[in-house]
Amino acid sequence: MARALIHVPATAKKGEIIEIKTLISHVMETGYRIGVTGQPIPRDIIDDFVCTYNGEEVFHATLFPAIAANPYISFFTVATESGTLAFSWTDQHGATQVQTAAITVE
Amino acid sequence: MDRDRSRREILQAAAALAGCGVLLRLSVRPAAATPEMMKDAVRNVIGEALVKKGKVKLDLPPLVENGNSVPCTVSVESPMTADNYVKAIHIFNEKNPQPNVISVKLGPRAGRAGFSTRIRLADSQTVTAIAELSDGSFWSDDIDVIVTLAACVEEPKP
Repeated sequence: MARALIHVPATAKKGEIIEIKTLISHVMETGYRIGVTGQPIPRDIIDDFVCTYNGEEVFHATLFPAIAANPYISFFTVATESGTLAFSWTDQHGATQVQTAAITVE
Repeated sequence: MDRDRSRREILQAAAALAGCGVLLRLSVRPAAATPEMMKDAVRNVIGEALVKKGKVKLDLPPLVENGNSVPCTVSVESPMTADNYVKAIHIFNEKNPQPNVISVKLGPRAGRAGFSTRIRLADSQTVTAIAELSDGSFWSDDIDVIVTLAACVEEPKP
């Protein structure tokens, strides 16, 4: 779907609260703008974002057109064990993009 | 004579049609949400529960130069333990075409209740954040924002 940037610390201490930053390139077209032809530009947004930590959901956001283009979301989670963080963005048409990041917990 | 009238009628009909077209175009323009719409949206999320002020901190610049991308941070005071945590955080606005901005579900695994994002603001208005705690209580914070260049006004590039 698009290019996504994810920032997760590569290593963390067990129990430490880590900040995760994510950004995906997407127009987030609101559906309220009028195009050059005078017709409204159809709505095209990412409406769902989920982060799972070793398969367990830790953060889930429902986005609306009021989120700026190229949605940036940063949030926190507790580093519990080494493993994989999976991030998935789903747009209104149901297309999903999944990206993963590995973390080592000492 | 008869031919003349029909010509006039055709012209009038054409003018009326053109007028309709203008009206139609205008009606496509978004009607901004009203504070009442925001209240409805809030009711849809929280039901009949009472919302108390406090615990939530909504951080937005008070003066926004460009409404297309406004940094927005919410944090909620909570120990985030298994039996006392923040379940959800919602952001609403008064005057964008739609009252909802974002809804977030959290759990004790979050460690710290809060997040940051960038939002669009169509006008100077009040933005509200509401947090739902695991004990079923709701807490809120709101902030007045002045927007000098609104989102949604710029025309797309051809």
